[in-house]
Amino acid sequence: MSERIPLLEVRNLKKHFISGVLKKRKVLTAVDGIDFVIYKGETFGLVGESGCGKTTIGRTIIRLYNPTDGEILFDGEEIGHLSEKELKPYRKRMQMIFQDPYASLNGRMTVTDIIAEGIDTHHLLEGDAKQERIYELLEKVGLKREHASRYPHEFSGGQRQRIGIARALAVNPELIICDEPISALDVSIQAQVVNMLEDLQDEFGLTYLFIAHDLSMVRHISDRIGVMYLGKMMEITTADELYENALHPYTKSLLSAIPIPDPTSSIRERRVILKGDVGSPINPKPGCRFASRCQYAKPNCFTDTPELREIKEGHFASCHYIEEINSI
Amino acid sequence: MDSDLHLTQDSERGKPKMSKILEVKNLRTTFFTHLGEVQAVRGISFDLDEGGILGIVGESGSGKSVTSLSIMGLVDEPGRIVEGEVLFQGTDLTKLDHNEMMKFRGNEISMIFQDPMTSINPAFTIGNQLREVIMAHSELNKEEAHERALELLTMVGIPDPESRIKNFPYQFSGGMRQRALIAMAIANNPKLLIADEPTTALDVTIQAQILELMRDLKDKINSSVILITHDLGVISEICDKVIVMYGGMIMEKADIKNLFAHPQHPYTRGLLLSIPTNVTGKKKRLIPIEGSPPDLMDPPTGCPFSPRCPHAMEICLKKAAPLFKISETQEASCWLHHQDAPEVSGMVKVEGEQS
Repeated sequence: MSERIPLLEVRNLKKHFISGVLKKRKVLTAVDGIDFVIYKGETFGLVGESGCGKTTIGRTIIRLYNPTDGEILFDGEEIGHLSEKELKPYRKRMQMIFQDPYASLNGRMTVTDIIAEGIDTHHLLEGDAKQERIYELLEKVGLKREHASRYPHEFSGGQRQRIGIARALAVNPELIICDEPISALDVSIQAQVVNMLEDLQDEFGLTYLFIAHDLSMVRHISDRIGVMYLGKMMEITTADELYENALHPYTKSLLSAIPIPDPTSSIRERRVILKGDVGSPINPKPGCRFASRCQYAKPNCFTDTPELREIKEGHFASCHYIEEINSI
Repeated sequence: MDSDLHLTQDSERGKPKMSKILEVKNLRTTFFTHLGEVQAVRGISFDLDEGGILGIVGESGSGKSVTSLSIMGLVDEPGRIVEGEVLFQGTDLTKLDHNEMMKFRGNEISMIFQDPMTSINPAFTIGNQLREVIMAHSELNKEEAHERALELLTMVGIPDPESRIKNFPYQFSGGMRQRALIAMAIANNPKLLIADEPTTALDVTIQAQILELMRDLKDKINSSVILITHDLGVISEICDKVIVMYGGMIMEKADIKNLFAHPQHPYTRGLLLSIPTNVTGKKKRLIPIEGSPPDLMDPPTGCPFSPRCPHAMEICLKKAAPLFKISETQEASCWLHHQDAPEVSGMVKVEGEQS
């Protein structure tokens, strides 16, 4: 990639969910001040454990949620606070693929209706041209023309996910947010879908935000990866750099926890097993979110929140003691 | 350990003569639904050595969970074990009635389920449920059971067990619930522990904790384990032998090293190839298994994998292959091992066969 043009820029994005009133008021800080950039044509992977806010980010970017604070710049335009009407042209440029291929397709609509919904909403095509486009999309995602008149329940999980992808492609988007698109699929089917996503990216020059918790698949598909923990970004860098030279203690333990499909691997002996559970995102205390589980934590980790800073070129991490831990 | 009697007994049978704790013979479990018969498990045989950890790996619909439910005698209407034997230390569990089975379940054999939220009763405290398991199979009174429950919670690594024992399941995190569930499963020192996807619902860092705990406990309570999962990574972490299932049948049986180093069934090979290998610097395209898993209402006549197999021959479509014995520790059900089959690199030809 010679010249990198940002397609999506997220600045200090916050999404808080509030429940209860007065004394019982609780603030769930799902996303708490996140910055990152996704360049045109790249795949940005977002990983983290459940409850870290990765799905909330995806949903806030596509404005299924309204951000509490911060900016979302799509192709240079601030879209975080646009009204529904002003947002419509951007909806066409951003699409989403969901995790659960069973819940994300309306069982009462035929495949044609499902795929055509976006085309109709944006008045892109009509009549025969529309039907032709739907056939073309079905073939693109490895399904057949005759599937167009069927209902979702007639398909397997992998095929349904293909329908979901065809629906996302229907409006010629630039950015596709893939929220755990392969987690619900069998291992042998996952590779089919991942290959297809890569082919479609090459063919249409798509940009992906790929949200997942399967760390080996994320490495395979992503150019750059962001690691989240309890609403904060812990580390951002290129895929290979992250897996070879992770700097943040959380990333290190996360990577070492991946079960390795090789019984002779020596990585097992060097494994760091994290103690305790992921903390609660409700009314979080100041300081580093990871401090309570971090083996290197010092008193100020519990009081001062570390900033995400560039440690090496293109390698960002948020930890007060990154240099000390990695002896840089 | 607590008396000399135990020691003598142990030393008498302690010689490395490996005995089988479980033998499953030609097990066939079918669900009779109004849409038709779903043949979930189609004639599988395997055994488990005392003290061993056996992994059963397969995708959804491969029959791995139904296999474990059949062993536990938990197959419910409209399902039924239509054929075969499940020999637990010589006793055929499929012949036992409900009351007789109750003596084994939760005592000699116990199970850890996938979802730690739905397999614990939300209306009772953790302590209450633990005591119930303990008292159902022992003479202990309530206080003694309470002591034992505390001991178990400590064993599975729950911090501050004295106060945690009074908690309800919703007050536990996912990882802690799974720990509590494991405590219940090992409460009566079972000889056989069946874990059905015990870490699938958990995050990776918690998964690593639970796997470590299971490895630890297995030695402490000296039981044999069957671990069911779809994740080859998890299998390679803790199992010593593996069964690969597909379409209700066993495709390959092997010790862990051979399975990963020299898989002898095209399905096992396909599975291993479809996992990303991730070598820094170059991106390799994944090699998926084309097609989709078989419909168990109407399974293919021959080998269930034949419609997706790159090497499928005519015989594969007509007749499922027997298990060919590749070595002392490896068997595969594939016709490519037959003398007359075409040469495929990496696949070993075998003289005799075994069914």
